[in-house]
Amino acid sequence: MIEVEGLGKRFVLHNQGGAVIEVMAGAHLRVEPGECVALTGASGAGKSTLIRMIYGNYRASAGRIIVGGLDVARAAPREIIALRRERLGYVSQFLRVVPRVPTIEVVAEPLLVLGVAREAAQARAEALLRRLNVPERLWSLSPTTFSGGEQQRVNIARGFAHDYPALMLDEPTASLDSGNREAVLGLIEAAKVRGAAILGIFHDEGARVRVCDREVDVSGFAA
Amino acid sequence: MTPLLQVRDVAKFYGGRRGCEDVSFDLWPGEVMGIVGESGSGKSTLLASLSGQMAPDRGAVIYDTRDRGPVDVRAMSEPERRMLMRTDWALVHQNPRDGLRMGVSAGGNVGERLMAVGARHYGDIRARAVDWLGRVEIAADRVDDRPTAFSGGMQQRLQIARNLVTGPRLVFMDEPTGGLDVSVQARLLDLLRGLVREMGLSAVIVTHDLAVVRLLADRLMVMKEGRVIEAGLTDQVLDDPQHGYTQLLVSSVLQV
Repeated sequence: MIEVEGLGKRFVLHNQGGAVIEVMAGAHLRVEPGECVALTGASGAGKSTLIRMIYGNYRASAGRIIVGGLDVARAAPREIIALRRERLGYVSQFLRVVPRVPTIEVVAEPLLVLGVAREAAQARAEALLRRLNVPERLWSLSPTTFSGGEQQRVNIARGFAHDYPALMLDEPTASLDSGNREAVLGLIEAAKVRGAAILGIFHDEGARVRVCDREVDVSGFAA
Repeated sequence: MTPLLQVRDVAKFYGGRRGCEDVSFDLWPGEVMGIVGESGSGKSTLLASLSGQMAPDRGAVIYDTRDRGPVDVRAMSEPERRMLMRTDWALVHQNPRDGLRMGVSAGGNVGERLMAVGARHYGDIRARAVDWLGRVEIAADRVDDRPTAFSGGMQQRLQIARNLVTGPRLVFMDEPTGGLDVSVQARLLDLLRGLVREMGLSAVIVTHDLAVVRLLADRLMVMKEGRVIEAGLTDQVLDDPQHGYTQLLVSSVLQV
């Protein structure tokens, strides 16, 4: 489902004397449907950079990134937009939303853009928020004022609203209490059972051991 | 699928000075394209050249019409082009005063556009006007007030209602949130996003506000001195800018 080959990344900082920073070369990995793969390596080794490149958020300087048949490294913007809408989900560490939009809408939105009926999208959003212990009295409020942990759970609910065939997770259990950590791990396990290919960063070793089938150490991809 | 709008090598000059040049892109149905750049970068000239307010000196603006398929807007007859601008296209100005008739009631402003496309039944027109005012969060009891009695944010929402009431497929917006308080901006952004999604609109939005494009636009073009220097997915251009000028622009935004 996710296949990376010969991937390289170089940043050129034009306003800092044209400094060239080579951060990655020859990165490769595969994630099959139903499999969860953990990216490991020290902080700064390029785990997030790799995930961002697969999502099309960072441009690849070399190599191929095949997700569900599309080469993200060469795809046109509209192909990546469609990929993200239908096939590739991403739970980042930070929630970025339009201010004033109620939490329930934020979570239901990925389904609404796919054309799912409002009631069905709303019901799915409610079920996820309940499962992640976001108090019902908060659902009609914008998450911009929530605590970090609450925002993170809203972000996870949004990321799991649609059953993406491929899913990337950046520290999904960081700073969650044990009950919520359990809920998130349950969602990941259920996604694997339905056949999702998952690539994630998990500093939480217990979580990694429990849900991940393999590890890929990105230190080996240093340029 | 055909692009809704195909822009090919568009250029506009003011005497010998370049307004914009070498601009080409496709806009697909349901897509929102952001255009950013500093004042004088040519972004407003480009918008005016695309939206029929100005005739470009060179290039083609090909629109996928409902009945005839893709047609170069410049090759259309004047009545045809005017009809297009009243029905399929909408233009939201930065200053609501440029897009509203200040001497006419709020309901009249919305109804007028319906009448321009042939609506004649007063009751229907008024009902649709009230419905649209509601969608942009203007209370029904303000329908007979003139826009002069409205705040800036309300005027801007009224302008949006006036533009969208005819169910356009393509909306051009020039700094739609410029000049508004931040809290009012957020409300307007939320409104625009919902309308774009529900109506399946395509839009071209010109702004200097990177936060606005991040939230509204799927794709982004960065302009400098009349040319597009970088284009791509909005979050990619903002998070991994390739051109020195874009890097400068992104790094100059104050973080809050």
